[in-house]
Amino acid sequence: MTPFLQENVVFREVYCFLGGNEGNASWCGGDGLLPGGFEWAAYFAAGFVIMFILVNAALLGAAVFVWSERRLLARFQARRGPNRWGPWGIFQPIADLLKLIIKEDIVPNAADRLAFTLVPIIMLMALLLSLAVMPFARNTYLVNLNVGILYIIAVSSMSTIAIFMAGWSSANKYAMFGAMRGVAMLISYEIPLVLSLVGVVLIVGSMSLVSVVEAQTVPFLLVQPLGALVFMLGISAELNRTPFDILEAESEIIAGYHTEYSGIKFALIQAAEMAGVLAASGFLATIFMGGWSGPFWSGQLGAFWFLVKLAGFVMLFIWIRATFPRLRIDQIMAFAWKFLLPLALINFLVTAVQVYFFGFYQGDVPGELTRNELWIMAAINIPVALIAIGIFGRFSREKVRVPEPVFQNIAPSPRTMEVD
Amino acid sequence: MAIRTEPVTINIGPQHPSTHGVLRLRVTFDGEVIVDVEPVFGYLHRGSEKLAEERNYVQVLTLTDRLDYVASMTNNQAYCIAVEKMLGVEAPLRGQYLRVLAAELQRAASHLVATGFLLQDLGALATPLMYCFRFREKILDLFEMLCGARITVSYMRPGGVFSDAPPDFWPALDDLMQEAPHLIQELEQLLMKNEIVLVRTKNVGVLSAESAIASSVSGPVLRASGVAWDWRKMDPYDIYDRLEFDVPVGERGDNYDRFRVRIEEVKQSLRIVEQCRDEIHPGPVRADVDAEAIDLVLERRGEAEKPLAEGPVRAELPFVLRPPAGAEAYGRVEAPKGELAFYLVSDGSIAPYRCKIRSPSLINLTVLRELLVGWKLADMIVTLGSIDINMGEVDR
Repeated sequence: MTPFLQENVVFREVYCFLGGNEGNASWCGGDGLLPGGFEWAAYFAAGFVIMFILVNAALLGAAVFVWSERRLLARFQARRGPNRWGPWGIFQPIADLLKLIIKEDIVPNAADRLAFTLVPIIMLMALLLSLAVMPFARNTYLVNLNVGILYIIAVSSMSTIAIFMAGWSSANKYAMFGAMRGVAMLISYEIPLVLSLVGVVLIVGSMSLVSVVEAQTVPFLLVQPLGALVFMLGISAELNRTPFDILEAESEIIAGYHTEYSGIKFALIQAAEMAGVLAASGFLATIFMGGWSGPFWSGQLGAFWFLVKLAGFVMLFIWIRATFPRLRIDQIMAFAWKFLLPLALINFLVTAVQVYFFGFYQGDVPGELTRNELWIMAAINIPVALIAIGIFGRFSREKVRVPEPVFQNIAPSPRTMEVD
Repeated sequence: MAIRTEPVTINIGPQHPSTHGVLRLRVTFDGEVIVDVEPVFGYLHRGSEKLAEERNYVQVLTLTDRLDYVASMTNNQAYCIAVEKMLGVEAPLRGQYLRVLAAELQRAASHLVATGFLLQDLGALATPLMYCFRFREKILDLFEMLCGARITVSYMRPGGVFSDAPPDFWPALDDLMQEAPHLIQELEQLLMKNEIVLVRTKNVGVLSAESAIASSVSGPVLRASGVAWDWRKMDPYDIYDRLEFDVPVGERGDNYDRFRVRIEEVKQSLRIVEQCRDEIHPGPVRADVDAEAIDLVLERRGEAEKPLAEGPVRAELPFVLRPPAGAEAYGRVEAPKGELAFYLVSDGSIAPYRCKIRSPSLINLTVLRELLVGWKLADMIVTLGSIDINMGEVDR
């Protein structure tokens, strides 16, 4: 029994209910159903229950997200959106899913069957693993890893491998194009993504997401504006959302890496992408907006505050998707290396200096910055962010001038309509 | 160690989300960069030119609707002008005004489709497309009032138009003209100042004026390259010599210029529509003909045997037309996509002996290779969209 799991309420309850008798876990202090020696069964049962809850929450969340995205996109596009099944079409994702499950599950003849089949599993697994460290409310999380931030970065980059597997195993040139673009882009965006979180880690002094939330007496969106921007853009590239959706650019390479996928495999890939947006919004809310802490009743209404912030970021993602065209591959790479990376480095540098001086002044270990110190940092960092964006925005983009159209008023020639 | 690479050949199309129909492009890529492009077409060939030889002159009109089905009004107009030249008749003034009005509305609708799909190709998930289509729908509603059809209109006839506009057409047109500037401004604000659109389209797919002229490109593609050439000005047909409008011209001939020229042309088209609405006078919409002066045979069912009235016979142009044998005519208009022309030859029968269609899409497509080689896959789709082809017209 690891101490990580002991902290989890659900896990503890189930474990103690089943296997909490004498001779087993001493910390339960009560009678369990199972006799001694069957502790492993209680352990598995508790693990299963908690996974069941988390997986279903994630997939149900993805379904709600599919519905809200379709409705909202329709609003952005002056359409009505799905409105047939259930109130406001709320059961539309169920119909979508049923349709995909019923459809034939095709594996191309030339495909590498094993790799082809593993792809949806790996994609969904990478996503669900990353949810393990997300604090949904106070004391409501699967585990409180002390390397939480490192863990989410590591786990979420597994999907890059899945994308390349999909492109290679499909034996389809469009899929190969998508996979090549994907690998190039995702590896580039990992670097600013990781660097953008270093500032947060410096301030908090811990990589645990629970500590990050507890340290946010001031939302880190204000203290780390550059970090938040870079993380937001980097994560939307990781999620293949517009304007970075070159992996599955449907007007260029059909559906990119998942061109050959159909049926339940396609459904799983889609579920992973949709739940990925939710997870990304959750991490944005946790790391930069204070997670479960709200203006009042953070303890009781923690989940509510978390969901409000999450919904805000989800809305932002949908809005961006509805608005922006796609960038070209070289422009995307230039954006990562010439714009996001310098910004992330500036943020890292500025934050390091600030944390050093505040820690020095205080005379104790950095990581326990007070509310006032965070406000001072915010006051410095916001102008720094604006200046840095201005400078690097100017350097990194091509010069674009919008000319007025030239009008030429040609004199009409005399009328020449005659019978030949 | 040098990595061994080899070019990849991909068949893009005929079933592809953004080849604008059933165009097939055999493209050779070096990584993402295009080495060679070969357009392959013919997947939508219906033999319109041959079919025209089997139908009488008015029936051929319905074939023209199906050439460029995004702009059927101008197809009708080009064909009617060719037939009128053969017969030596001219549409009455009100008929000409209605034709120009419908053609200009059609130009606006066609350019809106082109703009919307161009942005769709850029990857802007259907939002600009829907904005453009919302505007286009209003224009199609007007067409429905005029002739009962929205896409394949068959509104015009040799010698005028099929029927006068209904009374409730004019208030509906007023409504559209009031809304239009706002809709266009909305589209411009959303897209013309969008950094990503500018970066993706500026200096991409540059077509120089020389090579544009050398490959006999026409329409907005030619004008975007800086050549002020518009058949409405150079050889005014119908009433274009009475109307005031400007010809927008691009600077460099890149994708952005083609896109911008179209938006400006929509504005000019609405300007023309406004003038037509203000200047139009009551009158006949279909030409009367002096049946004896022009050697026409009236074959209106049941009426052909009627005793001739005293004085010159005035009658509406009949359903079955017989231009004199050996007559030939080349009727051209400035269609939304370029110079559209019909070359008709008569052998004195009720059907054209030969009907040759000069379709702008096909000829504009010939510059594709020049525009694409050296650019990336993503640019290829956008450049293809900026040329604005229509496969119904390319394959005929």
